[in-house]
Amino acid sequence: MSTTNVSARSPRTLAEKVWDNHLVTKGEGGAPDLIYIDLHLVHEVTSPQAFDGLRMAGRPVRRPDLTIATEDHNTPTLAIDKPIVDLTSRTQIDTLRKNAQEFGIRLHSLGDVEQGIVHVVGPQLGLTMPGITVVCGDSHTSTHGAFGAMAIGIGTSEVEHVLATQTLPLKPFKTMAITVEGELRPGVSSKDIILAVIAKIGTGGGQGYVLEYRGSAIRALSMEGRMTICNMSIEAGARAGMVAPDETTYAYLKGRPHAPQGQDWDDAVAYWNTLATDDDAVFDAEVYLDANELEPFVTWGTNPGQGVSLSGAIPDPGGIVDANERSAAERALEYMDLEAGTRMKDIAVDAVFMGSCTNSRIEDLRAFAAVIKGHKKAEGVRVMVVPGSARVRIEAEAEGLDKIITEFGAEWRFAGCSMCLGMNPDQLAPGERCASTSNRNFEGRQGKGGRTHLVSPVVAAATAIRGTLSSPWDLENTPDGQTTPDGQTTTDAKVSA
Amino acid sequence: MEKISTLTGIGVPMRRSNVDTDQIIPAVFLRRVSKTGYDDALFYAWRQDPDFVLNQEPYKAGKILVAGSDFGIGSSREHAVWALRDYGFTAVLSPRFGDIFRGNSGKAGLLAGQITDEDAEKLWAAIEANPGIDATIDLVARTARVGELTVPFEIDDYTRWRLLEGLDDIGLTLRDEERISEFEARRESWRPKTLPVKTQ
Repeated sequence: MSTTNVSARSPRTLAEKVWDNHLVTKGEGGAPDLIYIDLHLVHEVTSPQAFDGLRMAGRPVRRPDLTIATEDHNTPTLAIDKPIVDLTSRTQIDTLRKNAQEFGIRLHSLGDVEQGIVHVVGPQLGLTMPGITVVCGDSHTSTHGAFGAMAIGIGTSEVEHVLATQTLPLKPFKTMAITVEGELRPGVSSKDIILAVIAKIGTGGGQGYVLEYRGSAIRALSMEGRMTICNMSIEAGARAGMVAPDETTYAYLKGRPHAPQGQDWDDAVAYWNTLATDDDAVFDAEVYLDANELEPFVTWGTNPGQGVSLSGAIPDPGGIVDANERSAAERALEYMDLEAGTRMKDIAVDAVFMGSCTNSRIEDLRAFAAVIKGHKKAEGVRVMVVPGSARVRIEAEAEGLDKIITEFGAEWRFAGCSMCLGMNPDQLAPGERCASTSNRNFEGRQGKGGRTHLVSPVVAAATAIRGTLSSPWDLENTPDGQTTPDGQTTTDAKVSA
Repeated sequence: MEKISTLTGIGVPMRRSNVDTDQIIPAVFLRRVSKTGYDDALFYAWRQDPDFVLNQEPYKAGKILVAGSDFGIGSSREHAVWALRDYGFTAVLSPRFGDIFRGNSGKAGLLAGQITDEDAEKLWAAIEANPGIDATIDLVARTARVGELTVPFEIDDYTRWRLLEGLDDIGLTLRDEERISEFEARRESWRPKTLPVKTQ
């Protein structure tokens, strides 16, 4: 970020304002800036070696009161009241519990009402807020940028660094505006926006950048929708993605357990209202996307940039000019057992996964449930629904979504990362094909030999009904809705509202 | 951390782009709590394939990896760096790295040098023309050499200095502890606190 020569009055972007506000020391002679970290989220997988490092150096955690831990990555989503069967997983969970106790860190363990995926828990507790810096030893930390926070995924050495110093040496980033104007059609959601963005700029297109999502289509999204978009910024290679805070942000945050109260709230809002990018600020790069034209989007390959509209077909690798990209596409099709020219809607799946830090919040579950309501899942298709947190599970059950899900024939699980990365027993078998609301279609991501197509919650739902990749537009009738001339239903309209 | 100035060892040509960290080390191996012992997990799925480059002599004993563009994208898992290091790799060259992977490399003592696409091709050709040939990385000069071929690589000044000096990042930051305390003293009271615990 061009923090050099920035006076208080020069026009700045949202990202630059948050950066400048957290500058502890300005790097001299090529050294990085030292940035203060407001909130540090911790989970079991990337923290044990960091705590070990502290112990070996005899260092305490500098700010336990700015640190919070949860168990999510390798926790089971069934029988959570029983000891974890896998000994390696159990050891890792036990290690986090011991470390949290030894270093005085708040931990929400399996079975706790606040347990869940770290990126669902932070916003839900009101800890994630505009204008703060957030880090976590997890690349999907970018999720929290939806609030106008600077949220960065870090490695274990950096986790140790933040635990010890509450700061991080960081090189300034460049800024990229991703402007999405227009109105999404019914059945098209924020997941489709971000999949289309990644297909457009590529898995490395955002490298070195903080992305700022702007435009009327972004403004119209709920916080859940914005989180889905910011979550996948990393899949475009970006270190962070942000949305300027507005009334939608404040309405979501107000009254949550850790949200500011009283005078603090008023002071905070006054400051947050200054965060939006100045009108005359200049981005280092700009990308435009037309929301009106967007269709449900789906990936065909083994990286999130390999995607097309669901109504389209698998592209011919022969048409790709870059030799490396061409061979990557050929390799992807071989791994996915797919051929160029195949219509996406002709692809049959073995499994549907509804969950992950990308799409496991209450709004996602509502959207999924609205489409499947009254239907039975396609025969032979395994459908797993995993809420993002114990709270989301409780909320969903209070609304009766669990009944819709189980009557549909899907499995209703306990909260965690689950089949997004298959660290726990929730995995695909070799060769199995899955429509997944998660974020990565890498080889073996959901289980060795598993094949992943990334989709939105409503596409996951329609696919679970038909057994082939489908959008709600392909459903002739849903019990709650009337079919419109172009095949959309009023149910879909409700879903995307 | 050990000081690094020159690294020499068998060069490995990995003609693949978008090598994500899930390929470098699958998630099932992340359940361990140690920082070493990940050598068997490196490229676990690909190593089941006899044609994979690391299954071939003399690349099995590789030290310097020359990969395609966008190496180390995806998950933040530093285990990817530990696995490469445990296997014996001391340096990775690629036309573009995942940002988090590159940062992790610098912290964990694995040299990540950025080269051009053309130089990647040249290095692959030079290694494949003479399998088992040593590659030499000169961190001071920022060059990679294979036989007669010498190409430049980029690494940021600060990471290079830290690797050359073998410096501990946390120790460096704590020299500024007074500044951190000053910053903390002026933080606004609305900013988030995880303690005391509040729930719904």
